[in-house]
Amino acid sequence: MLKIENLHAAVDGKPILNGLSLTIAPGEVHAVMGPNGSGKSTLSYVLAGREGYEVTEGSVSFHGQDLLAMEPEERAVAGMFLAFQAPVELPGVGNANFLRTALNAVRRARGEAEMDAMQFLKLARARMKVLNMPEDMLKRPVNVGFSGGEKKRNEMLQLAMLAPKFAVLDETDSGLDIDALKMVADTVNSLRGPDFSALVITHYQRLLNHIVPDRVHVLSAGRIIKSGGPELAQELEASGYAGVQAAA
Amino acid sequence: MPAVTETLETVQSVTDSGYKWGFETEIEMEFAPKGLNEDIVRFISRKKDEPAWLLDWRLKAFAIWKKMEEPTWAAVKYPPIDYQDSYYYAAPVQKAKPKSLDEVDPELLKTYAKLGIPLKEQAILAGVEGAGESPADSGRMPIAVDAVFDSVSVATSYKERLAKDGIIFCSISEAVHEHPELVRQYLGSVVPQGDNFYAALNSAVFTDGSFVYIPKGVRCPMELSTYFRINAKSTGQFERTLIIADERSHVSYLEGCTAPMRDENQLHAAVVELVALDDATIKYSTVQNWYPGDAEGRGGIYNFVTKRGACRGARSKISWTQVETGSAITWKYPSCILQGDDSVGEFYSVAITNNRQQADTGTKMFHIGKNTRSTIVSKGISAGKGQNTYRGLVKISPKAHGARNFTQCDSLLIGDQCGAHTVPYIENRCMTAKVEHEATTSRIAEDQLFYCRQRGLNEEEAVGMIVNGFAREVLKELPMEFAVEAQKLLQISLEGSVG
Amino acid sequence: MTAVASTGAAAFLGRYEGLRTRLPGARVAWVEALRNGAAEAFRAQGFPTRRMEAWRYTDLASVAGAVFGEPLTGVEDATEIPAAAGPRAVFIDGRFRPDLSTLDALPYAADSLARVLPTLDGRIGTIARPAEQPMAALNTMLFEDGLVVDVPAGVAGGVLELLSLATDSERAPAYHPRHLVRLGAGASLTLLETAAGPQAARYLHNPVFEIEIAEGARLAHGRLQQEGREGVFLSTVYARVGAGGAYDNFTLNAGARLARNEIHVALTGPKAEAHMNGVQLVGDGQHADTTTTLDHAAPDCSSRQTYKTVLAGRSRGVFQGKIHVHQVAQKTDGYQMNQALLLSPEAEIDSKPQLEIYADDVKCSHGATVGELDADHLFFLRSRGIPEAQAKAILVEAFLTEAVEAVAEEPIRAALTRGVAGWWQRQGVAGGIEEA
Repeated sequence: MLKIENLHAAVDGKPILNGLSLTIAPGEVHAVMGPNGSGKSTLSYVLAGREGYEVTEGSVSFHGQDLLAMEPEERAVAGMFLAFQAPVELPGVGNANFLRTALNAVRRARGEAEMDAMQFLKLARARMKVLNMPEDMLKRPVNVGFSGGEKKRNEMLQLAMLAPKFAVLDETDSGLDIDALKMVADTVNSLRGPDFSALVITHYQRLLNHIVPDRVHVLSAGRIIKSGGPELAQELEASGYAGVQAAA
Repeated sequence: MPAVTETLETVQSVTDSGYKWGFETEIEMEFAPKGLNEDIVRFISRKKDEPAWLLDWRLKAFAIWKKMEEPTWAAVKYPPIDYQDSYYYAAPVQKAKPKSLDEVDPELLKTYAKLGIPLKEQAILAGVEGAGESPADSGRMPIAVDAVFDSVSVATSYKERLAKDGIIFCSISEAVHEHPELVRQYLGSVVPQGDNFYAALNSAVFTDGSFVYIPKGVRCPMELSTYFRINAKSTGQFERTLIIADERSHVSYLEGCTAPMRDENQLHAAVVELVALDDATIKYSTVQNWYPGDAEGRGGIYNFVTKRGACRGARSKISWTQVETGSAITWKYPSCILQGDDSVGEFYSVAITNNRQQADTGTKMFHIGKNTRSTIVSKGISAGKGQNTYRGLVKISPKAHGARNFTQCDSLLIGDQCGAHTVPYIENRCMTAKVEHEATTSRIAEDQLFYCRQRGLNEEEAVGMIVNGFAREVLKELPMEFAVEAQKLLQISLEGSVG
Repeated sequence: MTAVASTGAAAFLGRYEGLRTRLPGARVAWVEALRNGAAEAFRAQGFPTRRMEAWRYTDLASVAGAVFGEPLTGVEDATEIPAAAGPRAVFIDGRFRPDLSTLDALPYAADSLARVLPTLDGRIGTIARPAEQPMAALNTMLFEDGLVVDVPAGVAGGVLELLSLATDSERAPAYHPRHLVRLGAGASLTLLETAAGPQAARYLHNPVFEIEIAEGARLAHGRLQQEGREGVFLSTVYARVGAGGAYDNFTLNAGARLARNEIHVALTGPKAEAHMNGVQLVGDGQHADTTTTLDHAAPDCSSRQTYKTVLAGRSRGVFQGKIHVHQVAQKTDGYQMNQALLLSPEAEIDSKPQLEIYADDVKCSHGATVGELDADHLFFLRSRGIPEAQAKAILVEAFLTEAVEAVAEEPIRAALTRGVAGWWQRQGVAGGIEEA
């Protein structure tokens, strides 16, 4: 489980998160919604351990471990996955090579045998079929020359392959058409179970029609100002953030 | 270098420096007296039982060398070399010349086994792990190897098999005796004795090297390779390689090299000459892995090499691919003289300098024939306190109508103590020629590192992967077995450069 | 090093020995020391030879083998110069002519170097590096005059013209003006420099500039080199730019038999900028060389360079450009492009762009292209009914446009556009180019 307590974080000395607390139990999917600048992406980067995102106060525990003390790759192999809002291009690095290296890093940490190229390809092809990805995407360099939609699909392929305990989706829905949106939702939903939880960060309610969250939180000025069930998302869609912010 | 099996021994020999080829073979050796003079030149010639013309050729080179000055224009720094404080001939003692591989000293065979070099012809080449994208090990080709140990060739495999196609693959010493007319015709025809200081030195004292002749219309059925090993202390290695591809022939040749870890600097001054006649193609690949010295810059090989190919025939092609990971200092400019109309020259290079390594490397493309084309792709990686310079010349003569060159030079810097330099020269005297040059410098972006680490790769793996991606355009030019080995080498070479 | 005894070098050294007591500042100790030091440097190096890496493509043998005379003094010559539109400093054969200059009522100081030399201690020879550049050494040894401009902090200096004219003298004079330009913090100036001379006159014009740009100051420096076709123009510009300052240099290198436009810019304070652009128009019998070095010696600086060379007839063009990023210069953004267009089978271009990088967080790139006019473009224009000669002229001007349009200062751009316009057509007549 993920437990965030009184989290304060700053970027370039400027406070962005100001006492955020959130607990996500195994098997649960939570959504965090909020206007631009409320700290949504900062939250995702702090959880993944990106340099330059300085935690000034508070704690995060992840399955009993002090998440904030861990290196980014330690968090990753412990099961923390971040689906990037803007997936990064790696020129010359083959997608298959990248994915297999990542998968084997995760498998080593889990005490599982590394996958050889054949096993890996079999698994990857199966997953790609589900995601409706052309096979040549394995040969192309990671995200280089991919369209926005292809990049998001590639993120979902990584999510499905690495099968983490926890996934943070940082506005994965932005810029996606309805088919791609359903693909994202299907990937997350297929992983749902007692050992998987997720934090879906989004600006809009529409993704939540497909990934129905257990809880919805409204983020404003770096804190959660309101929490509720899935109906909160509908409410936000209808009345906007201003209403909730005013009421808080 | 081809298809490396990591034996238990080599894994155990991995040292702190990560240079796992740094062991020394204990074997009885025979030396020429230390120092360099006419008598040494005569000694070498006599040892090899050479004809008079070759001795004269050597002596002429020595006379030229004595009048020359060591070049200083490269962006490399090192203390003066005492050319008298070195052995110019060092060879394992052999009772009689081995007639087959079975007669080669077992200690030498063990050495090559330890280095992962298959000398036995029947040896099934081990599969290579980690290929990633293409797991299918479709029937691996055998690789013929000429093994040069210090000053002499100790074994050459697949000679008889190749001879069936009329291909000559042997040590150059042997070629001097068996094929004097070819050696005499082509030796020094691409790199003359007085070409430069190191080439002159090599011409005077070269001890061995490989000789290849591919007859008309023959496509060499397997990769040919030479593996150079410096073993003895205070010894320079001066090998000479000559490859002739006759009309419509095709050959792919690989070169690898390693040396023990020592505090002293050892000189390796080789000359490689390639000749491609009409419609012939020579692909020459190098994975240069000489001992680079330690983190403080002690020891390591000075790799001062002259490599040049002449595209003499129409539509001929010479392609150089090099992965330079080793050596304390690299001074090397594999070049192409594009004489034949429509001939093609290529240069693909990855050079990496870590710790205190220095590399000044690049190419020269001389466009002489009509519609000659050349491509240069250079990827320099600097880490630690390494200094890496690309130096290249594209020269278009007035009659090279329609000549084309494209050059891409990219540098990657890892850390703020290293340097990356780009020094291209473009000299064009032909209106209808077209030359394009581009160069960039960058470092590994923070978001790329973070992305990899978020997927579970540690920092070194992430850097290795990004660097391999950066070098990919070049690595894909290597034969597959080499490419995998080269990728591993790049990663090993960067150890200690991050964090 | 041993003394180099070329005829020309010996003659200049001899002249220095003869004139040392009469040159400006002769009795000023620091000037004397400066000149003696430069003479030593010049004696040691002589004229540059092609064995020097920086001169591998430009051969000064014809200069080193010639003997030049002194410019005549006090000639009331009939040089016709256009009326000044604004402030202007005029030099004839390297000497300031107050009668032809208009430097009244300026918000800054502008004067003849010969007049104010004793007051310039610490300002001259501080940026130039005569020990490394023989032509700068020669200049330092023998300079007689020059323009000294001092724009105080915060002053917007507007446009100042610097006109250097050669006269038609039998004596083949050599002159070595030393120009000093200093801008205080936040000051600005547009300096529009023209060098010209009679087509048949033989002379050597060897100016050296030392330019100091303080924090936040901006100097736009336009240079029109339109010397006569028998003249030799060897100029060296040294500029130092402080934090947040900017140096914009545009050089049109069009005249002279032999021309070298050498520019060294050092960005010494954070966020300093340099924009360097230029066009070389090289006709039959000409040799034009642009050599630049850009030292990024402070963090967060940026530099942009675009140089275009067009060659016609039997001619030779040279571009050498080095970007040097020092270890402290993190976050450097450096870009350089040089392109050459060959219009004749007898033309030759040598290009050596160069990066020397010692900092890792940098973005640096350069590019070079060499080629002839695009056959497809030419065909397209002709298929629309445009005659070949005119089509070529259009394409040549299009090729140059990128460099010309990079010039932000309107007066400079206008002067430049005039300089470039019609060059190609003139080659057809003067250069003996075959036209369809």
